[in-house]
Amino acid sequence: MLELTAAQAAAAIAAGELDAGELFEVYRARSAADRAAGEDGLNCFTWVADEMPAPSASPLAGVPLGVKDLFCTEGVPSQSGSRILEHYRPPYTASAVSRLAQAGASLLAKTNQDEFAMGSSTENSAFGPTLNPWDRTRVPGGSSGGSAAAVAAGLVPWALGTDTGGSIRQPAALCGIVGLKPTYGSVSRYGMIAFASSLDQAGPLTRDVTDAALMLRHMVGRDPCDATSLQPPEEIELPHAERLDGMRLGVPAELTGASSPEGEGEEEGEGIEAGVLEAFQSALARAQELGAQVQEIGLPHAPHALSAYYVLAPAEASSNLARFDGVRYGLRSGDAGDLFDMYTRTRHDGFGAEVKRRIMLGTYALSSGYYDAYYGRAQRVRTKIAEDFAAAFAQVDFILTPTTPTVAFKLGEKTGDPLAMYLNDYCTVPMSLAGIPAISIPCGLSQGLPVGLQIAGPAFSENRLLDAAYALELSLGFDGSAARV
Amino acid sequence: MRATVIGREEVLQVAQLARLALAEEEIEPMARELSAVLDHVAKIAELDLDGVAPTSHVVASSLASPSGDDASPEGEGEVTGALRPDEPRPSLAREVALAQAPAVSDGGFLVPSPQA
Repeated sequence: MLELTAAQAAAAIAAGELDAGELFEVYRARSAADRAAGEDGLNCFTWVADEMPAPSASPLAGVPLGVKDLFCTEGVPSQSGSRILEHYRPPYTASAVSRLAQAGASLLAKTNQDEFAMGSSTENSAFGPTLNPWDRTRVPGGSSGGSAAAVAAGLVPWALGTDTGGSIRQPAALCGIVGLKPTYGSVSRYGMIAFASSLDQAGPLTRDVTDAALMLRHMVGRDPCDATSLQPPEEIELPHAERLDGMRLGVPAELTGASSPEGEGEEEGEGIEAGVLEAFQSALARAQELGAQVQEIGLPHAPHALSAYYVLAPAEASSNLARFDGVRYGLRSGDAGDLFDMYTRTRHDGFGAEVKRRIMLGTYALSSGYYDAYYGRAQRVRTKIAEDFAAAFAQVDFILTPTTPTVAFKLGEKTGDPLAMYLNDYCTVPMSLAGIPAISIPCGLSQGLPVGLQIAGPAFSENRLLDAAYALELSLGFDGSAARV
Repeated sequence: MRATVIGREEVLQVAQLARLALAEEEIEPMARELSAVLDHVAKIAELDLDGVAPTSHVVASSLASPSGDDASPEGEGEVTGALRPDEPRPSLAREVALAQAPAVSDGGFLVPSPQA
């Protein structure tokens, strides 16, 4: 039963070959066991259902679903990995989750994450780090690390995550699964506890490309509750392509450079490690065998994406997180003092170190006298990056890069150095700033750990993108079963 | 741009704006870490951005630009006028809205006095 993908399980249930309740119970027992194991488990979850929600006859046939903690789920803890929202049970459900539930997905568990989605390792969770099922001394990536590890370990069939600068694609890559960040606006943000609203995007973390398409199909669409949401021009189809004949694939030199030996380069740490590059080059060769043409392209402003991102995202976060003030929900401290003391004590006690850092950074960047130099400039850099992509897509159909510069790193390796942690997003942030869809699929191993291939396309190219990813997935034949626990 | 260095006083001033209390031992590391990140992001000061418009809605604005025509679905370049009509409609019941509050009084949120 565990071998079935979500799409296969839904088909088996519809054909009467599999009982939805039995499937739910098998996964529920696995998820609950991980939660009960505490530090001896992977710590993928912040909540696991006691029983299956009322089943509905529907396309997803009751297949269980893991949902990142930051999605509001009515009556179910939704804490965004933060002490300031510990035990918070929202009075309503996020649109992305309710759409999937209406399509027949059954909420099985809430998954661990970096606090308020700020991080690339899931070590910033107030509820402890999640471990990588391929190697428990390593991180699963982040911020959707609980979702990625749970899917890779076979504790849930599939899971919902969010991506602001790489938070779906990077953990998918580090856990050897598929992760898709859709076009900005194509999935409603209503009920997602906000990090950076101009970038936040919900998307699937799945075992294969077909499952990613199936989940996306039942999530997308304009939602009156999210003014930035957009209706995609066509329905999402399940992928079927087996060849890439005539397809033009672009490889940007700026995002695929090797790391310079031992700090000799001026951009130390911004290169791609050798084993990752090797797996990436093999995937390119495979694409050519399938009929694609590979050519070099330029994204001249991409090297500035990380800088712009680390102005824009903290600035928006500092504004979004102003709502956590101890008044309406969540933690309150310092009640003995005056109102100002209550605010500042509550926020001191409730937020973790990385969240405080980003609130401070964002507040500084938006403060009087610095706004134009930081936020204003970063918004203009963002325009240049989007223009780079538009120019590239006049020449090629898709852009390919490694998803991450390295494979999964050791727990604790980067927690003391915020900049080193931020560099994990070097290859994923440019697509986030441009609002375009990008998928990570596993393309091989380096040091025995999974390597992700990122494929990015123009806005609303999801159907073609999923087709290309599917053809490569078939050809690459990646085996993720080593991560099952 | 020269390396941006934020000192203790500036950290405390920003923390005040952010309504964030910092313990004494948090101040110096915060100054150091913020300086490192600001030094890194200062690279964007080197770019020539004269005449470049800032991004608002990234997808809608790229669809509206001439170079983005390939991807343009019908009628999707329009996200202006996003405010809904200001008409009363049902929302959360008062007791539901108050259910998670740390302190409640007389059907409202209870907070300490601004000048205790």
